[in-house]
Amino acid sequence: MTATPLRTIADPADLLQTAIASFNLAADWVGIRATREESVYRSQRDGKPESNRRSLAQGAMVEVLVDGQIGYAATNNFTVAGLRQAAQQAFQQAKAAAPWKIHAFQPDVRPSVMGIYQSPVEKPLKTLTTAHAHELLSRICQGLKVSDQIVQASASITAKEVDTWLASSSGTQVHQQFSFFSPSFGATAQDGAIVQTRSNNGRGHSYQAGWEFFDLGDELWASVQRTGEQAIELLTAAECPEMSTTLVLAPDQMMLQIHESIGHPLELDRILGDERNYAGGSFVKPADFGSLQYGSEQLNVTFDPTVEQEFASYAFDDTGVVAERQYLIRAGMLQRGLGSHESQARLGVPGVACARATSWDRPPIDRMANINVEPGDRSFGQIIGSIESGVYMEANRSWSIDDQRFKFQFGCEYGRRIRDGQLAETVRNPNYRATTPQFWGSLAQVGDRNTWQVFGTPFCGKGEPNQIIRVGHGAPVCAFNQIEVFGGAA
Amino acid sequence: MQQWETTFNQLIDALLPQLQADEALTVELVAEASQFTRFNQAKVRQTGNIENGALTLTLMGNERSTTETVTFTGDKTVDWPLLLTALATLRAELPQLPADPYLVLPMGDAQSREVYDGQLLTPDHLAPALMPPLQGLDAAGLYAGGRAARAYADSTGQRHWFETATFTVDYSLFTAAGQAVKGTYAGRQWEDAAYADTLATSKTLLDQMAQPPKTVERGQYRTYFAPAAVAELMTMLSWGGIGEASIRRGGSALGALQRQEKPLSPHLHLTEDFTLGQVPRFNQYGELAPLTMPLITAGELVNTLVSARTAKEYGIPSTYAAGGEYLRSPALAPGTLADADILTALDTGLYVSNLHYLNWSDRPKGRITGMTRYACFWVEKGQIIAPIENLRFDESLYNFWGTQLMALTQSVQFMPEVGSYGYRDLGGTLVPGMLVDNFAYTL
Repeated sequence: MTATPLRTIADPADLLQTAIASFNLAADWVGIRATREESVYRSQRDGKPESNRRSLAQGAMVEVLVDGQIGYAATNNFTVAGLRQAAQQAFQQAKAAAPWKIHAFQPDVRPSVMGIYQSPVEKPLKTLTTAHAHELLSRICQGLKVSDQIVQASASITAKEVDTWLASSSGTQVHQQFSFFSPSFGATAQDGAIVQTRSNNGRGHSYQAGWEFFDLGDELWASVQRTGEQAIELLTAAECPEMSTTLVLAPDQMMLQIHESIGHPLELDRILGDERNYAGGSFVKPADFGSLQYGSEQLNVTFDPTVEQEFASYAFDDTGVVAERQYLIRAGMLQRGLGSHESQARLGVPGVACARATSWDRPPIDRMANINVEPGDRSFGQIIGSIESGVYMEANRSWSIDDQRFKFQFGCEYGRRIRDGQLAETVRNPNYRATTPQFWGSLAQVGDRNTWQVFGTPFCGKGEPNQIIRVGHGAPVCAFNQIEVFGGAA
Repeated sequence: MQQWETTFNQLIDALLPQLQADEALTVELVAEASQFTRFNQAKVRQTGNIENGALTLTLMGNERSTTETVTFTGDKTVDWPLLLTALATLRAELPQLPADPYLVLPMGDAQSREVYDGQLLTPDHLAPALMPPLQGLDAAGLYAGGRAARAYADSTGQRHWFETATFTVDYSLFTAAGQAVKGTYAGRQWEDAAYADTLATSKTLLDQMAQPPKTVERGQYRTYFAPAAVAELMTMLSWGGIGEASIRRGGSALGALQRQEKPLSPHLHLTEDFTLGQVPRFNQYGELAPLTMPLITAGELVNTLVSARTAKEYGIPSTYAAGGEYLRSPALAPGTLADADILTALDTGLYVSNLHYLNWSDRPKGRITGMTRYACFWVEKGQIIAPIENLRFDESLYNFWGTQLMALTQSVQFMPEVGSYGYRDLGGTLVPGMLVDNFAYTL
């Protein structure tokens, strides 16, 4: 058998079908998930190149279901012979482990589907030339350096084109083509022992798109200048006061808040205990679905893989389940969890299409995708105007939460006091801490569609073996009553 | 796996003659063949094996550099065309790049080869060896094992090969009420008896978790941190800590130490120590780190991790650090506190076995927040009273490694890395336990 590098195969669907047809296994179901990921990362610091990296990661995972146990084998030898060897290994894995299986899975955990998906792209990533990318990065670094007190100005882009193919013995044929783009920049200002960093929305700009998000004209350059100026502004700002007060969070901090204290605790594999040895469990119990008042009646949360350009949109999860918008929390009441067909079969509660793997060499597990807080009806002016005293915070810089997703402490880059219905002086090192039920129960005002923004990150870590995955979070500006806020160290 | 090394050398031997006169090249390899078996409730949740590898080429010329990573299968017929295509892509891109004033060209003639064999469980024997001792327990965790390789070659002739067979069983045992203990069995030779002994130690600790947990109010408490908790704190030094670049650019928690504004305890001695042979000594520039290098001696910052790139930018000597200037094989020196005296010295306070989800809450001030986790106890007058409900802490390293550090234990433990983002981590941290006064818990 002559090996054929995946780079030269336009569409390996036929190869996958040929491989499956060649497997001679006494299995209940066999599937292949193949991935090709082409990445480019470019960065500059202080206008000088730091990194120019490309990568090509490709391979396939073969899953075999036998005796109620799924075994897997992943290989980067992308040939019929290589896949056949992997199938044999996966079969062996399943047979050896079946006497200790946690659940007798049926083939319906891997549905039979056919379909395609493609990210919306205006400017294909490959049309952003190396030279133009560096010109932009250099100009951003120059724009960030608004003062000699800027000791570091950095800018980067990450662009990824990812193709995934699913094929199975039950007839599944899926091809999804993703285009991911993450521009990022930030400035660090220093005055003696005081150091402050400001970035473009906590480096939360990650989208499913082409490089149109890097070609924003005046909007981009205004953001660059504001970022540099606010880093300087923070050097002389007062520390965030220590008090219990009304906390207003911008969407770029809501992203982190949703992710850590709604997304993760609702993952069914955490509730089932699979994750207890690594990321942890959850304070949510199986009986809570349909009965737990998770937050105030202002809180409406969706799992929504259909939002165009949001980072974790897709048509099928990595087990072939059709992805649909679902309410997780409605009027504060917990409706359903984030769980695959496997987790739903084990736990008996409703889930969503969220079995996802970071790449071809990791098995799918329960993951967030796009988890969004739906907009309310309050304008930004109405929210701030209604608050006599409070603190407004933007952009995450520090995050920590316990293994049950209960006690958390988060920090932001930038804060403003709210006094008598107006945004007042800037405060630095704004932090807050709370427990999850207390926090969401205190949600008092939800911003309208005009305040709603979408952000994302490629760095959600979970699972054993470890996996990172892309997530998206859309949210409006939100206000919370009586939250403990505080500043930096003395 | 001899094929990996043979193929790597053949690829390098074929690739280097392709270079043009004004070009320099480095090639790094990472490869592994791994078995992963995940369990929950002492049952197998997921099981499988993966074979993965990547070659990273960095082409340099005319003060510019660019990098591409491609798949490494170990089969030269598959890998060679990808490598050639990558070289052509890099060569075409190089002129489009701006000049890099801190470019590090390969130099030197270092060569090394380290190969560590092991006796690991085969896929057929894994579950029968791993699972029966867990029966009757609520156990969750992961077996991860197999061969792993790291290698380097460059156009000046430097070449390094590091290959090892390792395994880890990283597990948690739970009481019916959800209290837990953490354990790790790791090595290069699987031994059923050693695995059973490790589990038995955890079971004994689990028995102490059976009573109802005590709610401890926020406040400052004397605290004993077991080695696993100390190792967790040590990881923070690799993230805006001991790296020279972060110190120079205002991003380090050790800036105040470096500027001699804040001291650390004279009991504190931190060394980068490669004598255990757990990780490669070579870095992405082909440099071989010294077998040992002191970083903090008697609380004073005597060396930082300086990569060749940072060295060139600031005109200072390299300390042969990795490009990211993170700790690769850290060892914290023991102190004088005997294990038998830990509870007596603690007197009244908290015994913390593990920590979880650490992050800087105010990095320039060295302040870290995080959670207690697993077997943590309230102790009164030298006696364990009860397990605790987990607490959030928010405390500066200038306190717990500074004025409030009371003692370090005489014994040290090797805490293996069990991470597997991308590839299985290698190595670990050698640390003692430590006793700290007035440690701040905030929620």
